[in-house]
Amino acid sequence: MKVAVDVPSYVKCRQSCRASMSAVRCWRFKRNVKDVSEEELFAPGHRGCAGCGCTVAMRLALKASGKNTIATHATGCMEVVSSPYPETAWRIPWIHVAFENSAAVASGVEAALKALGKKDKVNVIAFGGDGGTVDIGFQALSGAMERGHDLTYICYDNEAYMNTGVQRSGSTPFGAATTTSPVGAVSLGNDRPKKDLPAIVAAHGVGYVATASVAFPLDYYEKVKRAIAHKGPSYIHVHSSCPPGWGIPSEKSIEILRLAVDTGMWVLYEIVDGKGRITYKPATKHPVEEYLKVQKRFRHLDDETIAKIQESIDKRWSELFED
Amino acid sequence: MVTLGGHIKETGSTTKTKTGGWRTFKPVIHMDKCVDCGCCWIFCPDMSILRKDGEYSVDLEYCKGCGICSRECPTGAIEMVLEEK
Repeated sequence: MKVAVDVPSYVKCRQSCRASMSAVRCWRFKRNVKDVSEEELFAPGHRGCAGCGCTVAMRLALKASGKNTIATHATGCMEVVSSPYPETAWRIPWIHVAFENSAAVASGVEAALKALGKKDKVNVIAFGGDGGTVDIGFQALSGAMERGHDLTYICYDNEAYMNTGVQRSGSTPFGAATTTSPVGAVSLGNDRPKKDLPAIVAAHGVGYVATASVAFPLDYYEKVKRAIAHKGPSYIHVHSSCPPGWGIPSEKSIEILRLAVDTGMWVLYEIVDGKGRITYKPATKHPVEEYLKVQKRFRHLDDETIAKIQESIDKRWSELFED
Repeated sequence: MVTLGGHIKETGSTTKTKTGGWRTFKPVIHMDKCVDCGCCWIFCPDMSILRKDGEYSVDLEYCKGCGICSRECPTGAIEMVLEEK
């Protein structure tokens, strides 16, 4: 597919040309980096690790929703790094709640705003990490989605409980080594596949469900805008990197997220009123080995296991992209 | 004093903590190679790339030196240089 870009033709990309274009201009939504809000509602000085992908997810979500936003946040990496008492990185009203009830508190905030007649002016966002969404906060999320509150839930997925020292969560992919699924003579790491939470949320009949990746910021930005504009509950699952937890160099944080999409490990799609569509189709399919071999958590995998992972990706790829 | 709800009344107050001290390498932008694409700005986890009218600079008070900007720059205009104290 030909992609129109504003960058002069003499620019040679050091990685793959198309990869950087995803940031420069989103071909699908016809957006440009210059359309992204300049306002920084997430302050610097937060204690996130160098190269943290999740912080970029927070920052872009706030840019998209604007300052008329009330956010709730389950315990997790982004809560810990952004609110070392008595400091806060947030420039919007923000509530830290327990691990399990980000969606429940956001429901309450939304109901209160409705009672005060202010809901039309204020956006409500519930944030949660993958542990606080997929495992611990799941019942609150399910309840909020089922009750039909007008809120947006954003789950930043770094694929384990990174803040407490890399314990496996329901969102940890097959084969990944964590401290609670270590590699050894009888174990090859996490032996269960990743829970497909966006599909579970979509099964609630939620009007807007999307997956996104920090490596595709304009796609993510547009999806947050659409989720907020949607009346009723909406859900975004954003793939975010964790350099210490994944065992990757900090500068490759975004590059490896992009590889996840290019290999088919992560698929960008949105489901609007039950109708799904792929928002980004990789031009060439990279072998999954490229994504696995650069990360310490997957380094132990033998050829046989990699072939097994590749097979499951191929199956999904043919279902999604080849019709 | 800690309030009953543990409120923080001042927003964005983490700016009091200068995280620049975490850095080993610092980014240096060569503006002659810059094409104003905004990749470094949009991917910076520490809001440390400052963009104004097509001119880019680094906020060294908060930059943790992760190197994402240098890696993502399509023209290689950002160089990571060892910080000398």
